[in-house]
Amino acid sequence: MTIDADVDASKETPNFFAPWHRRLFVGRRGLVASTVSSALIVVAIALLLFVAPGGATFRYVFFDGHNLWLAWVGDPRLGIDSLRDGMVTNIWMFLVSEVLVLFFGLMIAWCRISQSPVLLPFRVLATAYTDVMRGIPLILTMLIIGFGLPELRLPVISSQSDAVYGVISLTLCYSAYVAEVIRAGIYSVPNGQRLAARSLGLTQTVTMRRVILPQAIRNVIPPLLNDFISLQKDTAIVSVLGAIEVVRAAQIFSAATFNESGLTLAAIFFIVLTIPMTRFTDRLLAKDRAKRLVHE
Amino acid sequence: MSDVVLAMDSVVKRFGDHEVLKGVSLQLHRHEVVCLIGASGSGKSTLLRCANLLETIDEGHVSLFGQNLVDPRIDPDLVRRHIGMVFQSYNLFPHLDVLENVVLGPVRALKRDRAEVEEEAQALLERIGLRDRAHDYPERLSGGQQQRVAIVRSLAMRPALLLLDEVTSALDPTLVGEVLDLLVDLAHRGTTMLIATHEMNFARDVAHQVVYLDAGVLVEQGTPEQIFTNPQHDSTRSFLQRVR
Repeated sequence: MTIDADVDASKETPNFFAPWHRRLFVGRRGLVASTVSSALIVVAIALLLFVAPGGATFRYVFFDGHNLWLAWVGDPRLGIDSLRDGMVTNIWMFLVSEVLVLFFGLMIAWCRISQSPVLLPFRVLATAYTDVMRGIPLILTMLIIGFGLPELRLPVISSQSDAVYGVISLTLCYSAYVAEVIRAGIYSVPNGQRLAARSLGLTQTVTMRRVILPQAIRNVIPPLLNDFISLQKDTAIVSVLGAIEVVRAAQIFSAATFNESGLTLAAIFFIVLTIPMTRFTDRLLAKDRAKRLVHE
Repeated sequence: MSDVVLAMDSVVKRFGDHEVLKGVSLQLHRHEVVCLIGASGSGKSTLLRCANLLETIDEGHVSLFGQNLVDPRIDPDLVRRHIGMVFQSYNLFPHLDVLENVVLGPVRALKRDRAEVEEEAQALLERIGLRDRAHDYPERLSGGQQQRVAIVRSLAMRPALLLLDEVTSALDPTLVGEVLDLLVDLAHRGTTMLIATHEMNFARDVAHQVVYLDAGVLVEQGTPEQIFTNPQHDSTRSFLQRVR
């Protein structure tokens, strides 16, 4: 009998042992590899901070405990302001911007995907808007809005604080990004959902609001979070308009103390802001999945 | 006859150059069950979608209760509130629990009182033995359970006509029975239904009329006895031989 099976085409017995250069990464040795690489990174940082010729100066200028504390509490007798007022400015700026961005992003995405002939001009406008606003660097938008709107000498619009112009710029810029993310989310919902909803006699608007969007938003929460973290950090750019937010406050602190630890405190502030938000949404998504899906 | 629910007259539907329906005429009377049979791609699904205006037709007429649906003054949303549709892939809303799935249409489209609708929905779920799953999410149910919920979802709208598009085709063979049993029950209650199906035994048992479609053409129509025991056309005969 001759055997001519396709699945048995190779005559040799295969060898499953890793070649020498992969030995470190297979099986339990993966632990060894990760320990070694972590140690290497720690050594590299130590070299930079402790062995470099300017290491001591660097550590004093950026990581001085006394100055970090001073930047946090301030000292009225020395005329040094705490960075906390600046932090509050950043926080309200991004909170307001995020709400506005979510709203306008949704509206722009809705215009872009609509089929209705009535909305044609809005569709064209929305497309042009995303193209333009994603193309302009945020810092330019900020300068144009911050110095441009006051020049118009309009009531209310021209007499706002720099922080408000910052919020307007952030909203203008990030709405364009978020609109695209939401649009992708809407397209990710299977067409059968729309058909089922329309078959129940639900109007286009109700279908969108009750069936498509709730699923679309869930699908894009991770990329949406990405944009929101970016936005939180970009509140720092409002400093170019002169608003005393945390980075600006840190620079003022440096000028008064000849120490840059304020900048380090500002960096810690932004990290502390984003990490809990990431964990919070992770938890939210996990809970939603556990509720809806069979345990995997 | 005055009890015609749905009437299609020489309906033509094209997707680009491809003619999916080539002048199909069909009538559906009150309390009548009509089964559409035919190979995949013969136009069964498209025919159903033309009936509830999910597709616009290119030529011919469709009328529901004597009103011409091709008329531009017709609001498709109002039409669809009287036509239930059930899909092969169930299409339940995964972000809503079973009860919410069932009440969404009556509450949001018909603007009916939520408490009243929920009571009705619970009664419907009781009928299919899924009352205790009312607050579960669809993805936790089996395929057969999901499909029965989908049927109940369209029944909650109290439609005059039910369109079913190969509702058992995606199901595990062991789950087909429970869905067909529900459809048999609906047929016995006098529900007007237009059913696209590959289940020939089911069609033979419940249909008043069986329609054979081939490549967008209505080849043959008749009672189940006529179609299954004495088909007149060669293509019908060869189709029935292939599915057996």
